[in-house]
Amino acid sequence: MTLVEATGVSKRFGGLRAVDGVDFRVEAGTITGIIGPNGAGKTTLFNLVSRTLPVTEGRIVFDGTDVTRLAAHEVARLGLARTFQHTTIFHHATVVENALVGHRRRTRAGVWDALARTARLRREEQEARAAVMATLEEVGLAEQAGRPARGLTAEQRKRLALAIALAARPRLLLLDEPSAGISAEQTRSFIALVERIAAGGVTICLIEHQMQVVMRLCQRITVLDHGKKIAEGTPDEIRRDPAVLDAYLGHR
Amino acid sequence: MTIALVARLLPAVALAASVVAPLVVPNEYYLQVLTQAYIWAIMACGLNVILGFAGQLSLAHAGFFGVGAYTTALLLTKAGVSFWLGLPAAIVLCSAAGYVVGSICLRSQGHYFAIFTLAVGIIFHLVIQKWESLTHGHVGVIGIPGPGSLGPISFESTLARSYLVLACLVATLAVTARLLASPVGRTMLAARDNEALAASVGIDVMATKRMAFTVSAALAGLAGGLYAGFIGFLGPEAASVEVMFNSLLYVIVGGLGSLSGPVTGTLVVYGLSQVLQVLHDYHMVIFGIALVLLIRFMPDGLAGAVAALMGRGR
Repeated sequence: MTLVEATGVSKRFGGLRAVDGVDFRVEAGTITGIIGPNGAGKTTLFNLVSRTLPVTEGRIVFDGTDVTRLAAHEVARLGLARTFQHTTIFHHATVVENALVGHRRRTRAGVWDALARTARLRREEQEARAAVMATLEEVGLAEQAGRPARGLTAEQRKRLALAIALAARPRLLLLDEPSAGISAEQTRSFIALVERIAAGGVTICLIEHQMQVVMRLCQRITVLDHGKKIAEGTPDEIRRDPAVLDAYLGHR
Repeated sequence: MTIALVARLLPAVALAASVVAPLVVPNEYYLQVLTQAYIWAIMACGLNVILGFAGQLSLAHAGFFGVGAYTTALLLTKAGVSFWLGLPAAIVLCSAAGYVVGSICLRSQGHYFAIFTLAVGIIFHLVIQKWESLTHGHVGVIGIPGPGSLGPISFESTLARSYLVLACLVATLAVTARLLASPVGRTMLAARDNEALAASVGIDVMATKRMAFTVSAALAGLAGGLYAGFIGFLGPEAASVEVMFNSLLYVIVGGLGSLSGPVTGTLVVYGLSQVLQVLHDYHMVIFGIALVLLIRFMPDGLAGAVAALMGRGR
């Protein structure tokens, strides 16, 4: 089953075609990688799929629903979550509060519930705390739950960003350079974590610069260069693809 | 240990002090000033919801204060409605107006939002000033009846009215505290911190900000309605830019986004400006210097400074 199907999507910033007529799919239950040189349009493609940026041309279908014109929060409610390249968390909240914001879409209590402290609010709050503690446990941050998020290390922040996304219980998780800026050892444990999440039934699509990470994790890889898709296939196919070698090493 | 104890007792001490204060002030004039300060504190708490919790600098709120005040005043004087209906009417009307204004203005962001709302506030002020057949323009509304009595409780005395306003202030604090402690409040703070991240996990940032705007307009309306019922006369200055910037000052000096900050800020700034009245024209000079120093050395306001002192970080 195809979870994401983007057909001929383009994004223009003035005269620049950051993404240019790309066809792109993510199959449910897989880990898909997006690679390409700097400025290839990888993050822009992510921003289009997650609706962070408006699409100039083309069509994006997520899980059978045309999401091309939906707002970011609407596609998120359909079961898509993402992390950002520059790790983003809610700095002014504690770790557990950060994860609770991710869980919010699964609760219903509104202003009146808050003012009257209704039974629904209290029940949801209890369930939410139990659920996000499990998520924090999963990413290895349970012991930091009560700490202010801004006091975390860079690596812990990455885990927290992941926990925020996971708390929303997504069907598809987009990870923008999950291994950027962390040590080799931390990267190994991060890979293991991503594999555990995938094993739990979450489809994953990631942008990654470290080739060994991509080759190890992904079943399918899409290669972008100058906004265009230049190759697509299994890690072995990509490794041998002349167009990919050209893009990375330049023409001889 | 002792510091933690002080921190825990602080709200109770503050409440006790505010209950005792009306009884110990030396005369009626001070009682008026104190009650007026409580009204401005409600206004500041309202402004804090949109500015402190949701992070949006609204400059339209004196407009809502004016709309609330005039709604109550006109219903009481022209329609002969009781204060106990006139006040809720002000809250309801300001909520509705807040919802509509918020829906429009919140489409813009940052400085644009501030300027947009400033224009809306000025429009409210001008409408109140120019719609003479309804509002009597510059003459204003005079002889607004007070709250009278509610069941067996009479609000004829200034002291009783002062306690009525205090009760409304406590209710306002309860509302904002409950909101802040709930998932709704957490969502507001998240949208303030990082809109893109909040949206990425399914939070409707626009709806969140609009809700904060509506609640905050409703509280401004409550403050306005009390003002009309307590002062007894009303002019278009109630919706002026001066009221707007004074309220802003109370919130910023007190501490943005803290619960008790706006109340502390109001009491300190309003109190200071009253004390300095004896210096006549020079009082603004001293006031200005005091403000610069406060903001220079306490960027998180009085509440932030107290929190830092107690080592709780916030």
